[in-house]
Amino acid sequence: MRIRMSLAVLVATLTLLAAAADTRAQDATEKELERYRQMLKDDPWSNPGLLDADRGEALWNEKRGPKNASLEGCDLGKGAGKVEGAFAELPRYFADADRVMDLESRLVWCMEKLQGFNPTDILKRPYSKANQSGTELEGLATYVASKSRGLKFAPRLEHAKEKEALAMGEALFFRRQGPMDFACATCHADAGRRIRLQSLPFLGKPEEARQVIGEWPAYRVSQGTVMTMQHRIADCYWQMRLPLIDYGSDVTVALTAYLVNQAKGGDIAAPTIKR
Amino acid sequence: MNRVVIAAAGIALLAVAAYPLLLRSQGAPPVDAAIKSSWASAAPDWQARLVQDETQKACSQYRNAPPKAVADAILAREKAAIQYPPDGKLMGDWKKGEQLAQSGYGGRFTDYPPRAENGGNCYACHQMDGKELSFGTLGPSLREYGKIRKYAEADVKAVYERIYNPQAAIPCGNMPRLGAAKFLTIEQIRDLVAFVMSPESPVNK
Repeated sequence: MRIRMSLAVLVATLTLLAAAADTRAQDATEKELERYRQMLKDDPWSNPGLLDADRGEALWNEKRGPKNASLEGCDLGKGAGKVEGAFAELPRYFADADRVMDLESRLVWCMEKLQGFNPTDILKRPYSKANQSGTELEGLATYVASKSRGLKFAPRLEHAKEKEALAMGEALFFRRQGPMDFACATCHADAGRRIRLQSLPFLGKPEEARQVIGEWPAYRVSQGTVMTMQHRIADCYWQMRLPLIDYGSDVTVALTAYLVNQAKGGDIAAPTIKR
Repeated sequence: MNRVVIAAAGIALLAVAAYPLLLRSQGAPPVDAAIKSSWASAAPDWQARLVQDETQKACSQYRNAPPKAVADAILAREKAAIQYPPDGKLMGDWKKGEQLAQSGYGGRFTDYPPRAENGGNCYACHQMDGKELSFGTLGPSLREYGKIRKYAEADVKAVYERIYNPQAAIPCGNMPRLGAAKFLTIEQIRDLVAFVMSPESPVNK
């Protein structure tokens, strides 16, 4: 509760700062955020994203769905029920599904196959809106990712489909489309660029990718909720004036494979806290 | 002699036909199939946005650095796609242009049914009025753009063309083809030209 209250104050402060809309205010905002992040580092238990991770852990262990099963039998790539370190090696090829899956698509797969949930029902509300509490998928994804905290991304590129996903992700990163001709590369293929005052990570460059990819899933202060990589990519495509991309689709998985490969060796810090 | 020519032509034809297969066997990823399946639940008119035109295809393939022949083809094709105002007047109202430069509204699936006219969103990428400090840096600064060019008529036309269809000037540049894509109207583009090129506009103050 205290966390939520102090966050409300922080959000109000940030909003005021943003309203001033000048570069100085932006610097001040960045400084305040940095101070806040430092406070969170000093007291890692104060990140509200951890509440989502906790809820995700409870969901993981709870017997649920038509089959009344927990997710403890879910194989995230390192064996049934092994969560530690699994996120660091995702996306990866899963023989049972005969496709490359990222964390979120694998979670949906396990919920369907082990617990008997209907994917359509699971995906009715995949992303939380501002100031809603995180969805089940967000909680589960945050929990699993948090169990790779402190590890480094170590993408697997053994199976032919893993290699294909990476190549496809790279091609997609440069694919221009839609009424604005945008590709991911339009905004993320150069250093030090901004949209308005929002700085953009140069994801084509491993040094910058390593700094940001491991931050997701992240608790977003402006939204008051956690956001996963799946949601991050869907939002980029929304901004690119394209339709809503399907959850756990081949495109989001391939792009995630590309981004994780760019961030290879980078620290996983999820959940972090962002603007 | 004739036989050699025919054989050579045959081989060339085969090579062209086999090229996609070759790409595939070398591991070129099935991007278009993935695009189709990944937006399977989108409405058909929205799915159409994912289909690339020739320019988008070329710029994707060459990662925005097309070889000269491809770049020339883009320039010629996009130049031909520019439509000019029937009355020949390329400058409109800079005050309306200023509003359009500020607005990022339009085209997202949350923008339908439309609640406002589409914006040009110029400030997302460009510096313009010196008093507006919330500007992006994906494009060059346009501070005093008209003043520096002494408000020359040729530059007014160039600015109109650059907004209507920047691919006609910089093949595979980042800027959207706001006119050619029918995202903005000719009227709106004229207002934006005035915002950039009018001596009264704060861009030139």
